[in-house]
Amino acid sequence: MLSANDLLAPKPIAATMSAGRETIVTANAGRKAAYSEQTVWMLAIRDQRDKAAFAKLFDHYAARLKGFVMRAGAPKAQAEDIVQEVMLTVWRKAHLFDPERAQVSSWIYQIARNRQIDVIRKEARPVPEALANDDESDDEPDAGQVIALEQESDKLRQALAKLAPAQREMIERAYLGELTHTEIREATGLPLGTIKSRIRLGLERLRHELKDLRQE
Amino acid sequence: MSANISHHIPSEILAAYAAGSLGQAFSLVVAAHVSLCTECRAELAAHEAAGGAVLDTIAAESVSPDLFARVLDHLDDPVQPEPAPRGREGVFPGPVMDALKGKAPRWKALGGGVKQCLIGGDDDGLSRLLFIPPKQAVPDHGHHGTELTLVLQGGFSDEVGHFDVGDVEVADAELEHTPVADAGPPCIVLAATDAPLKFNTFLPRLLQPLFGI
Ligand SMILES: [Zn+2]
Repeated sequence: MLSANDLLAPKPIAATMSAGRETIVTANAGRKAAYSEQTVWMLAIRDQRDKAAFAKLFDHYAARLKGFVMRAGAPKAQAEDIVQEVMLTVWRKAHLFDPERAQVSSWIYQIARNRQIDVIRKEARPVPEALANDDESDDEPDAGQVIALEQESDKLRQALAKLAPAQREMIERAYLGELTHTEIREATGLPLGTIKSRIRLGLERLRHELKDLRQE
Repeated sequence: MSANISHHIPSEILAAYAAGSLGQAFSLVVAAHVSLCTECRAELAAHEAAGGAVLDTIAAESVSPDLFARVLDHLDDPVQPEPAPRGREGVFPGPVMDALKGKAPRWKALGGGVKQCLIGGDDDGLSRLLFIPPKQAVPDHGHHGTELTLVLQGGFSDEVGHFDVGDVEVADAELEHTPVADAGPPCIVLAATDAPLKFNTFLPRLLQPLFGI
């Protein structure tokens, strides 16, 4: 049985921390106990290749993913194949998971959309340059950033739940890939401002770390 | 890196990119701009978080009892490593280098010193690089659909404003504009449309299929 405590084993603190962030680092251990189950499972998969954690993640997401890909147009017969591919990709690309930059559902959403697009399109979709060497994920995550991002994601879910049914339907269709960008402009959106600011802080921090690394 | 960018990708285009509903040509401009712009990288991630919220709250469909066993069976299968995305070369962001298949652009003269290199096109759009000598005007043109123009080198001005490296101009079907390259280095842009262009003065309509523009 995996518990959040398993993740509390002391690890060396990343050498790239700048002085201003020391308070966050000392508070890290206590805060990590507050990670969501999904994040804890995903980090165990990433860092320990933990199959028990993978089973829990599967139990949480498989039925949601099946509902999601069927709503996005996958025939019932194909839906479980897509779920299988998505879950296998989660396992294989776990080293790319970075809880400071994307909450678990957001990361799995991207994998699910990419998988479904790959089925339809011949050409690979153009992707932005990576910011860092993403294979080096054994960096100690900044717990404050991880938790703040989880909280913002919770707020998004609540905001979505509070929408009038017709509006919620439009948002769902937008993120299921059923609307053109012109149609999305009409669909008044979710409050994305605060989560964007939070993610931006994480990106700025990463950028400064990269700069520190280059200067060493 | 992105400190000087003042014209960004509109939110609804980032949302469509996150959702996978954006055509190949526009997706290239989005990927290239996000490579240069922290602001839009963060906004794209915010849309992906919204997608995550939809995934979390959507009606679930129960899966077959043996699905997990099937997944486990393949967990340790050997996997072919995917080709790594190309990195930036000179003024060309990684995704543009990917579209060019790692080679330097093969320019074709359009007249007046203006050159272009088609890098992608299908039914839902067309993308190309344009090379515009200093102070040269790009022929006046309108669009059937939307045109996205990302500056990779130099800069240009038109009726809408001034665009520097990293800036994106979004021109809708109503806009007829005449971009003029800045003095200084030649202007290189990545331009994408979701429909063929219609030139007013530069090339007869009949020639358009020939040039693919
Ligand atoms: Zn931007």
